[in-house]
Amino acid sequence: MTLWQILILASIACFALKLTGYVIPPALLTRPTPARVANLLTVALLAGLIAVQTLGQGQSLVLDARVPAILAAAGLYALKVPFIVVVAVAALVAAGIRLVT
Amino acid sequence: MTLTPETNGAARASLAVGLATAAYGISFGALATAAGLDVWQTCFMSLVMFTGGSQFALVGVIASGGVAAGPSAIASAALLGSRNVIYALRMSPVVGSGWMKRIAAAHLTIDESVAVSTAQSTPAAQRVGFWLTGLLVFVGWNLTTLVGALIGNLIGDVSAYGLDAAAAAAFLGLLWPRLKHLQAQAVAVVAAVAAALLTPVVAPGLPVIIAAIVAVVFGLTDWLGTRTTSDTEGAPLA
Repeated sequence: MTLWQILILASIACFALKLTGYVIPPALLTRPTPARVANLLTVALLAGLIAVQTLGQGQSLVLDARVPAILAAAGLYALKVPFIVVVAVAALVAAGIRLVT
Repeated sequence: MTLTPETNGAARASLAVGLATAAYGISFGALATAAGLDVWQTCFMSLVMFTGGSQFALVGVIASGGVAAGPSAIASAALLGSRNVIYALRMSPVVGSGWMKRIAAAHLTIDESVAVSTAQSTPAAQRVGFWLTGLLVFVGWNLTTLVGALIGNLIGDVSAYGLDAAAAAAFLGLLWPRLKHLQAQAVAVVAAVAAALLTPVVAPGLPVIIAAIVAVVFGLTDWLGTRTTSDTEGAPLA
């Protein structure tokens, strides 16, 4: 599978999902359970991605400069600092730690 | 379309959300090129996939697992895009009939356009909120994706600059506003622990997808639920 094929297949899947909502009868999914599962899926996937992105190194787990960076990011989000600033600070924290170690 | 205080309010909200979201595009562009996509591929994603969470997810999986993790990358993007089905259902009566209109609306169905639309009080304002927010975010997101991709190309090596940590921080930013309820917090913690523990055991990309089962279990049983959560809780975000 090439990178282009991955991007095209994923794009088709995402568009098909959006279109599905305009094609199927609304009564089918407006019940609370499917909506709740869809919301929690978003939460679980993002949380899983954070864990892997922070601790994963190929197929091993490591504690490195990314851990203090993500903790700093969490603190800043709690203080309602804008997204773009937090992302930049996280990059700087990790880069700074790597520079001195 | 007639101008009323309600439609004017919807237009103002659309503009504010459109500008705020554009900033995310820069981080997406930079992270995508850092993950190994070229500028064309990065811009293709923002133009054609156009759903921020899925875009970040695909790039995140490719960054850690490479092209070999392709199936997992596609599945992660699709699973994260599943909430758009619910959004589209809610927007269906707002958009109305007509196939061309519905296809265009489907492409613009994202967290932001749905959140602005559902916050409006009149049907006319809901229409303005949906279409205007969708279009403004589309234009802004694509322009800033290009800027971010060019920046990412310029600065090169990922980990030396901390861009891998930036990716984690970006995911956290998408997650943060969705953690208002105990149920969501519990799902986030269990899914994160599960994904970390599975990392040494299964192929790259799979830990995140398996962790999604946590959401299905909590969602079907409504464990720790409040029964009052609205389906745009946490929006607007990319």
